Amino acid sequence: MITAGVDVGSLSGKAVVLDDNRLVSWGLVPTGPDSAETAKEAMDIALQKGNLSLDRIEFVVSTGYGRVVVPFAQRNVTEISCHAKGANYFFPGARTILDMGGQDCKAIRCDANGKVVNFAMNDKCAAGAGRSMEVMADLLQIPLDEIGPRSLQLDQGEVAVSSTCTVFAKSEVLAHVRQGAPTNDILAGLCAALASRVYGLLRRVGIEPEFVISGGIGKNVGVVTRVEQKVGLEANICFEPQIVGAVGAAIFARDTLVKQKKPAAAR
Amino acid sequence: MKANYGYADGSGEYFITIDTDVCDGCGECARVCPSSLFEVAPDDYDQVVARVKEKLTRSVGVLCPGYERCRDKVPDCHAVCRVGAISHSW
Repeated sequence: MITAGVDVGSLSGKAVVLDDNRLVSWGLVPTGPDSAETAKEAMDIALQKGNLSLDRIEFVVSTGYGRVVVPFAQRNVTEISCHAKGANYFFPGARTILDMGGQDCKAIRCDANGKVVNFAMNDKCAAGAGRSMEVMADLLQIPLDEIGPRSLQLDQGEVAVSSTCTVFAKSEVLAHVRQGAPTNDILAGLCAALASRVYGLLRRVGIEPEFVISGGIGKNVGVVTRVEQKVGLEANICFEPQIVGAVGAAIFARDTLVKQKKPAAAR
Repeated sequence: MKANYGYADGSGEYFITIDTDVCDGCGECARVCPSSLFEVAPDDYDQVVARVKEKLTRSVGVLCPGYERCRDKVPDCHAVCRVGAISHSW
């Protein structure tokens, strides 16, 4: 049974093809102005990698911000449920999931089947999410993937960044730069600020091992290390944390299909 | 599932929590809420339950005065919920 999941996020579009329980292929593209087009692009890459065509896919579930506009999806499911399912796929022992995406972060607690037990999401503003890290990388003129490693190599000591709002934090960072604070120390402050923000969300849902981090910020070792320290647990991160939601969507697609086929077989 | 709808910002935490394990989807909360925050719909696991309307989750702190202040205008969402599925963080 071949199914697919498409996760149209605020900054990137992800598509995953699943053959029963086997991850066949996946695609990852930056989100453009047209969410339907982004979904198609991601799906095309996944299909190409898997040497498949869209008509071979029996069921498609969409998720993420743009989930309602994916033209080839038969069902849409919230990203909360998809991340729980996806995390459960990679780490069956997962009970607490932290998804740090482009514009929001979600704390989810799930059961042994990947069903959501408790969740909280902060999508009111993008402060401290992936987008704000991009803004800061741009401001300090360093590549995005260097933020994490450099934030762990302190020069004189962490510089406190108190503003939660990205716009205010940006002026705060600029002030630190003018005062000659080392870039690494500022980065440390930014990563620490993000970690304490998401920790508040995690506390709301309760923390239970095993702990999983998904989403693009899962690639930022500076934030991950600081979240781990606060939580007191080591984080499980799969080889590509950005596709976890799409994998969950593909599993929802498979489960929906199984449910649909069951009554037909019983007749 | 305990579904927390809302957000935390500089001014505080604004979450309305609905316990979908006890919610029977009767819709009384949706009927009495002065700000029409609630709706009853199937969730991702095909269970018909109350939820905060998706478009309103980012403004619950403004649209809802908080349980303590709304209580005077009975019936409020807590009072009409027979199973006690709804709680507020503020």
